[in-house]
Amino acid sequence: MDTIKLTIDNKQLEVEKGTSIYNAAKSIGIDIPVLCYMSMKDLCIENKPAGCRICVVEVEGRRNLAPSCSTDCQDNMVVRTHTPRVLNARKTVLEFILSDHPKDCLVCPKSGHCELQDMAVKMGIRKIPGEEIAEMSTYRLDTSPSIIRDLDKCIMCRRCETMCNEVQTVGALSAVNRGFYAAVAPAFEQNLEHSPCTYCGQCVAVCPTGALTEVDHTPEVMTHLADPKKTVVVQTAPAVRAALGEEFGLEPGTLVTGKMVTALRQLGFDYVFDTDFAADLTIMEEGTELLNRLSAHLKGDKEIRLPILTSCCPGWVNFFETYFPDLKNVPSTSKSPQQMFGAIAKSYFAEKKEIRREDMVVVSIMPCLAKKYECQRDEFSVDGNPDVDLSISTRELAAFIKQANIDFDSLPEGEFDNPLGESTGAGVIFGATGGVIEAAARTAYEMHTGKNLEKVDFEQLRGMDGVREATVDFDGLPINIGIAHGLGNARKLLDDVRSGKSKYHAIEIMACPGGCIGGGGQPQHHGQTEILKARAAAIYTEDKNKKIRKSHENPFIKELYSTYLGEPNSELAHKLLHTKYFDKKKKIIVNQ
Amino acid sequence: MGKIKSLDDLKKISKDYKKGLDLREKSSHPEELVQVKVAMATCGIASGAKEIMEYLDSELEKRAIDAVVTQTGCMGYCYAEPTIEVTLPGQEAVVYGNVTTEKADEIIEKYIKTGEFVDGIIPRNYETI
Amino acid sequence: MSGYSMHLLVCGGTGCRASHSEEIEFKLRNELEKRNLEDTVKVLSTGCFGFCEKGPIVKVMPDNTFYTGVTPGDAEDIIAEHVVLGRTVSRLIYEDPSSKEKVPDSKKMGFSKKQLRIALRNCGFINPENINEYIAREGYMALGNVITDISPEDATRLVKDSGLRGRGGAGFSTGLKWELTAATPSDEKYVVCNADEGDPGAFMDRSILEGDPHNVLEAMAICGYCIGADKGLIYIRAEYPLAIERLKTAIKQAREYGLLGKNIMGSDFSFDIELKYGAGAFVCGEETALIHSMEGLRGEPSLKPPFPSVKGYNGKPTNVNNVETLANVPIIFLKGADWFSSIGTEKSKGTKVFALAGKINNVGLIEVPMGTTLREVIFEIGGGIKDGKKFKAVQTGGPSGGCLTENHLDTPIDFDNLIEAGSMMGSGGMIVMDEDDCMVSVAKFYLDFTVEESCGKCAPCRIGNKRLYELLDHICSGKGKVEVLDRLRLMSEVIKDTSLCGLGQTSPNPVLSTLDNFYDEYHAHVSDKKCPAGQCKDLMEYFIIEENCVGCTACARVCPVNAITGERKKPHEINQDICIKCGACMEKCKFDAIIIQ
Repeated sequence: MDTIKLTIDNKQLEVEKGTSIYNAAKSIGIDIPVLCYMSMKDLCIENKPAGCRICVVEVEGRRNLAPSCSTDCQDNMVVRTHTPRVLNARKTVLEFILSDHPKDCLVCPKSGHCELQDMAVKMGIRKIPGEEIAEMSTYRLDTSPSIIRDLDKCIMCRRCETMCNEVQTVGALSAVNRGFYAAVAPAFEQNLEHSPCTYCGQCVAVCPTGALTEVDHTPEVMTHLADPKKTVVVQTAPAVRAALGEEFGLEPGTLVTGKMVTALRQLGFDYVFDTDFAADLTIMEEGTELLNRLSAHLKGDKEIRLPILTSCCPGWVNFFETYFPDLKNVPSTSKSPQQMFGAIAKSYFAEKKEIRREDMVVVSIMPCLAKKYECQRDEFSVDGNPDVDLSISTRELAAFIKQANIDFDSLPEGEFDNPLGESTGAGVIFGATGGVIEAAARTAYEMHTGKNLEKVDFEQLRGMDGVREATVDFDGLPINIGIAHGLGNARKLLDDVRSGKSKYHAIEIMACPGGCIGGGGQPQHHGQTEILKARAAAIYTEDKNKKIRKSHENPFIKELYSTYLGEPNSELAHKLLHTKYFDKKKKIIVNQ
Repeated sequence: MGKIKSLDDLKKISKDYKKGLDLREKSSHPEELVQVKVAMATCGIASGAKEIMEYLDSELEKRAIDAVVTQTGCMGYCYAEPTIEVTLPGQEAVVYGNVTTEKADEIIEKYIKTGEFVDGIIPRNYETI
Repeated sequence: MSGYSMHLLVCGGTGCRASHSEEIEFKLRNELEKRNLEDTVKVLSTGCFGFCEKGPIVKVMPDNTFYTGVTPGDAEDIIAEHVVLGRTVSRLIYEDPSSKEKVPDSKKMGFSKKQLRIALRNCGFINPENINEYIAREGYMALGNVITDISPEDATRLVKDSGLRGRGGAGFSTGLKWELTAATPSDEKYVVCNADEGDPGAFMDRSILEGDPHNVLEAMAICGYCIGADKGLIYIRAEYPLAIERLKTAIKQAREYGLLGKNIMGSDFSFDIELKYGAGAFVCGEETALIHSMEGLRGEPSLKPPFPSVKGYNGKPTNVNNVETLANVPIIFLKGADWFSSIGTEKSKGTKVFALAGKINNVGLIEVPMGTTLREVIFEIGGGIKDGKKFKAVQTGGPSGGCLTENHLDTPIDFDNLIEAGSMMGSGGMIVMDEDDCMVSVAKFYLDFTVEESCGKCAPCRIGNKRLYELLDHICSGKGKVEVLDRLRLMSEVIKDTSLCGLGQTSPNPVLSTLDNFYDEYHAHVSDKKCPAGQCKDLMEYFIIEENCVGCTACARVCPVNAITGERKKPHEINQDICIKCGACMEKCKFDAIIIQ
């Protein structure tokens, strides 16, 4: 390994060749401030346009200041990170950025989580010189079903572009216009709704300011809760419980399932249910579909296309509808757990409780912004009444709890209501990448072999690598499984499927890096992958602690089939729990 | 036009054209040929050089003067466009600036036909290697 | 043939005209008529000789006698002595300042040697659409020699030895650039010609491409041979349609002759050239931005290293040279490195093309050896300042350069001297300003351009330049306090120090150089609320001179905002708080009673 010796702030150090000044300084406890730079090393995501110029340092012998995030260390380099020249430049540049940023922090959705606000605090900015004559660059507000773009607050860090183009390969956002009026926007400056945007929300997840935020649906939820005629049912996705605590100052990875249930009950929800229950249901339907397609394929049916692709993730569904519409008969037809839940709640459960469909409101708490769009899709409604009325993110729930004067930390642990609140460990792990396919394997194995699966932990399916693969032995039948998280990784597997080169029988795809735990609706992780890892660990802990860890063993699932649906993939199951896909290329408007 | 297959081929073409092959193709008495170059860069064209070139071309023919009119690039006298360079047989080239069709007519009638200078000469102010 | 045996050429340039050259013409004709010589000798008015310093000029043809400093009173002597008796009027003969010798023949005088055309050598000489004319001027001979007789290493060394430096602005050694690209191993490399000329007022690259396109093609092929590339790309702005057309014609002709394409002139070397069009963004003149633009990406720069010589177009080693730089290459091979390095100054070799513009008589394209002084360029070639006004400043280097003053006029122009003086060579725009130009407004003009052309990638350039512009506007409108001058300097220095690419690193130069050289003018704007040049409208005030005002009320009636009051037949008064400075009153007043201060 080549190493380099250099001096930073009079300290001598030795670093690996190719290390940036920023990282070298960090290794000896010097924390150079950065704004546009973001590195998620474990996920191979890096954004370093060297655009904000906040991280500049003085390098001896160099004419101008060097951006430490993107300048590599050189032998015998002498670096100074806090000389008057550096501090003056850094402060002036920050003043520039602030001079073109709205000062409505008090009412900004990002207040308290804004990296620009933090930077202003850190640098002790008290006044912005020349503010009174400074023009602000403005841009029209763009509201889509999931995401709001308020580019007046954009600081051109380009993180969203990196996520959208390099990580997700969606290509909805890129820089447009020049100079002071440069902005990040879809092609031809269309609104997000008419772009290839999948609403994965990764742009929102990394935005340092309030330029990209979610559409807030809590006011509508509040209105429904206050309406005595309405029965308001809530479902909570598995990844929410592993991250919600962060919003209340708890360590990342703290499981808050019980407190969350209590809080929801205090907020006034009539039934607090669990999306995990619907996840178990998904496994029954999807697992059966997999086995059916697999056995037909093994029998030589050429009509059957393999691999089967999971379809729980709405961002992913939007992605293949837009970019791979020719493959729209390849993914499983099973609805996502959110939508299965809605369909069952407004049929089975409503009938059981004798609640009229129009009097029932189903709210979902999701780590996801694409879910907001998903529940608004036409095919997921009956006579205009949606199966899931509203979807709010983990962040919105946290704000909602705070508004309701609830001291989250001191809440007692609550239990989900039944029948739609009971779930297995298999349902829980849906929240992490690889979890859906692991849950499916647990059930499909037993369905196929008729044998009891002794070891339910498929460690080979877990982890953070973007594309993973494993072969699971179904009692002599080797099943090839592929896993991808992040749409860019998904694209690689999809290209193989399209060209007929894919060797897999089943592939799990999650749009967000890390799976749902890294969703666009989760508490801000500011690029720290440790947080994602802690959330994943929490999910697997919850799984381990569950008495039942296979979906088909969930007693309420069994009851649902025996008393209502019949069996997996039955006619009624198809009607309620399956869907079809559309060619979305048409929704993209490119003319001007 | 054949391909140039070697350096010697190139040298031959260079030699031929230096001797005025183009002119010989255009006139039976190349030594008596009047050469007119019109500066046709963007600056010249913007000031009307195209019109001047067409005018000179047709008028010289009409008036039966053995002349060849070609275009060339910017001579640098942008303040005096359109500019033309006239070379009478055996004489030094003379540049005229701010050429209009009237001026062109005068140049033909006086300078080209009789060698009498007319107003509007642009003194050459550079050396070329 | 004409009956005239002699011609008297009188300079009709603006400079000489200001010194009564028309009267000289008149007197010369008079003297001729007196002697009945008007049918033998013709008096003519010509364009500027570019020697305005010694004007008015009278040149006698055919003997080329060159009279300088002629006055109307000299007309008689010129006719009586020179025309009639054939004796030169020696007191009017130009005296060489160094040798003190009289030089009667204009062909032997130094001033016409002030300009030396190397890059422009074929411009205005050959027909750019006829490859044979180029070949007749030794065209493609350098390429032929190089690929048959010289190794790429030796050829590169020759360019390096010649001392040629990049003409696009930064002045990096061309040979060294080639060497670096040659040294990066790769299966594919590219030669890129940067024809994205963007400096306001600069058009030498366009002129070269329009007037001598083969010169650039040949140079690119030579470069390809040296660095090991078989593909060349010309990045040219779509606003240059004629240059594009001529290049297309030239490429087609060169291909037909086999001077581009496979196995050029029977050698193993193959090279072809393709055009890439830019949309005219100034920042795309920066080589990394240019490469991104060619790749179909947004035209914005990226951090160097990696340099294009290592990772350029399509990630392959790429050598980017400016048009004018390339135009010097073939002739260097024909005449040798020593010849080229004998021209110019110690560190800047050869010539430089400048586009002269602004308040100068001979607006145009000139080419001078490095080391020529600004004074020579402005007063001897450019013909001096228009309308006999006083020289105030010269701006070189476009929006990246600075404004130089009278004190810098004798600075020999080269890369290093200009930087030392607080400006830069840039691509060769040279804008001359006179006493009527407000230097704060000039700085504002350039900032306006930079704000427009910044790509927006880095914060100091995107926002900082906008703030600089706003502050300058603030000063010009008379609202600035003295403290803002410090803020102006601080912001300028930080923008220079922190910007990502050359655009932002140099964009405050017009501000800093005017602050340095014309601080008093800035100060007048903020402390006295006056614009000494009388350009800033907001700092002007209209006044009525009491003595001249007869109280006709015409001004009061025409004032759109009712700022003028006064009784009939008594002097009126303008209320400065209401006045919008439209000037209507002044136009209306028949008694010259209204003035601006």
